[in-house]
Amino acid sequence: MAAFFLVAPLVVYPVFLMKAMCFALFACAFNLLIGFGGLLSFGHAMFLGTAGYAAAHAAKVWGWPPEIAILFATACAALLGLVTGLIAIRRQGIYFAMTTLALSQMIYFYYLQAPFTHGEDGIQAVPRGRLLGVLDLGSNLAMYATVFVIFMAGFALVYRTVHSPFGQVLKAIRENEQRALSLGYDVSRYKLLAFLLSATLAGLAGATKSIVFQLASLTDVHWSMSGEVVLMTLLGGLGTVFGPVVGALIIVTMENYLAQLGAWVSISQGIIFVICVLTFRRGVVGEIGHGLKKPL
Amino acid sequence: MTEIFGVPTQALFGQLLIGLINGSFYALLSLGLAVIFGLLNIINFTHGAQYMMGAFIAYILASKAGLGYWWSLLIVPPVVGATGIVIERFMLQRLYKLDHLYGLLLTFGLALIIQGLFRNEYGTSGLPYSMPAELSGGHNLGFMFLPNYRAWVIAASLVVCLGTWFVIERTKLGSYLRAATENPALVQAFGINVPRMITLTYGFGVALAAFAGVMAAPIYQVSPQMGADLIIVVFAVVVIGGMGSILGSILTGFGLGIVEGLTKVFYPEASNTVIFVIMAVVLMIRPAGLFGAQK
Repeated sequence: MAAFFLVAPLVVYPVFLMKAMCFALFACAFNLLIGFGGLLSFGHAMFLGTAGYAAAHAAKVWGWPPEIAILFATACAALLGLVTGLIAIRRQGIYFAMTTLALSQMIYFYYLQAPFTHGEDGIQAVPRGRLLGVLDLGSNLAMYATVFVIFMAGFALVYRTVHSPFGQVLKAIRENEQRALSLGYDVSRYKLLAFLLSATLAGLAGATKSIVFQLASLTDVHWSMSGEVVLMTLLGGLGTVFGPVVGALIIVTMENYLAQLGAWVSISQGIIFVICVLTFRRGVVGEIGHGLKKPL
Repeated sequence: MTEIFGVPTQALFGQLLIGLINGSFYALLSLGLAVIFGLLNIINFTHGAQYMMGAFIAYILASKAGLGYWWSLLIVPPVVGATGIVIERFMLQRLYKLDHLYGLLLTFGLALIIQGLFRNEYGTSGLPYSMPAELSGGHNLGFMFLPNYRAWVIAASLVVCLGTWFVIERTKLGSYLRAATENPALVQAFGINVPRMITLTYGFGVALAAFAGVMAAPIYQVSPQMGADLIIVVFAVVVIGGMGSILGSILTGFGLGIVEGLTKVFYPEASNTVIFVIMAVVLMIRPAGLFGAQK
């Protein structure tokens, strides 16, 4: 996968790939929660958007260098994840999904009115700055390299988390919460930690995205963005490691090519949702992994 | 002009009226959701789209077939309910043996499709729907002006909500429904056709949404987006009221509508978010919802 992203910018437009990588990181973060934790969060856009606004504001209004802005924004998303996690963890399954959705709407309406977000206009012309004071991120190549490093770091973190004792306990909780509880694991704490980690990585994706596109807007906090990340993960394969990346690539490509058709993007996303849920539940990577008899 | 808490009574009662109307829509929609969830254990994300379909079919009936409001009230809910039955029979039934989240995802996808199709056809701006002649105008009650149609909306939704509650809680059919919610296999063993009951229940819930849509058409503009943002507030209402409780969703719907109306008077900036804030508070204090059963 690293090889693909290293070689691809020679062929494909780099900004498009950067968009794909940001969404892939977002989807990986989301998959951590649902694929391995079994918790469907329908409000993940709030982390993407919060970090996006925080990074844009820090870089533009406070003039911070990009790496500090991204770190600050990720911290903001983590804080939001902690607060919302404490509220949402109290319920399971469907209630958890609806709670996260409603919390995300609350954040959306706040950002709609808050003066620093400039509402519908969003925060525009965010400076890309100089990374570590040395590397001018205005050049797409430098930006691409930075995004690639961030993406690989985030992905590696997800990979390590999943294949660690913490990840195993998460899977145990997903399979049978009562049994995990009876074995002595503090289930709420594990779920909260997973939620926090997922929120932080989603924030990292959002912060990077707003620096890349030099824009932070309301679409990043709208619930349709939450729906998109669910779609990406579902299409790629819930609970697989590479699934979210593949799903994100497919959806971003599809959006790019269908953009002229307006409402058809929404309709085709809905159709993919329906088909995936009814017949294609393992997702692209899941089906491949199933065929190869190897967990991917 | 008299004032209460520094707010003129006209404004206060005007906003309370709007709050009651919003509340009646919240109550109708959350009632449909609660009924569907109670029996099928599926969150019907398509509810907002079906509400929108109800309004649109009323509009189409008015513009293409010349059928007025009262005809729409009769025709539209069964028609949309029938589409709901088709959805349930061919798609939702396959998902019952899986994790309930897949039902949520399926209905979310269906909502995207339906909204996208209507947006493709009718664009995003709202379409007008004229109020029925018998209900236009209003009465001056002294402390406020009460439009007839608004009063009709509140009265009709109260009647429908309480009627549904009565059927579910106090009749034999309702007792079959409630038994099937708790133990479908056993109820089926007694000879009651549970799958058909489930299908019809889903159709009924969808018909409720369409009914709300037809009633909404004269007040709110008929647009493909009308269900989308409303449904999330209704979700919050249902979470606050308690997912399985019929009476809970009715009371919470009306109550939260009033609270939202009051917030608009005293602190307008928070009016969009107040329901979600209440939801967060309720979840911290009483996770099962105000009327929900503690599990």
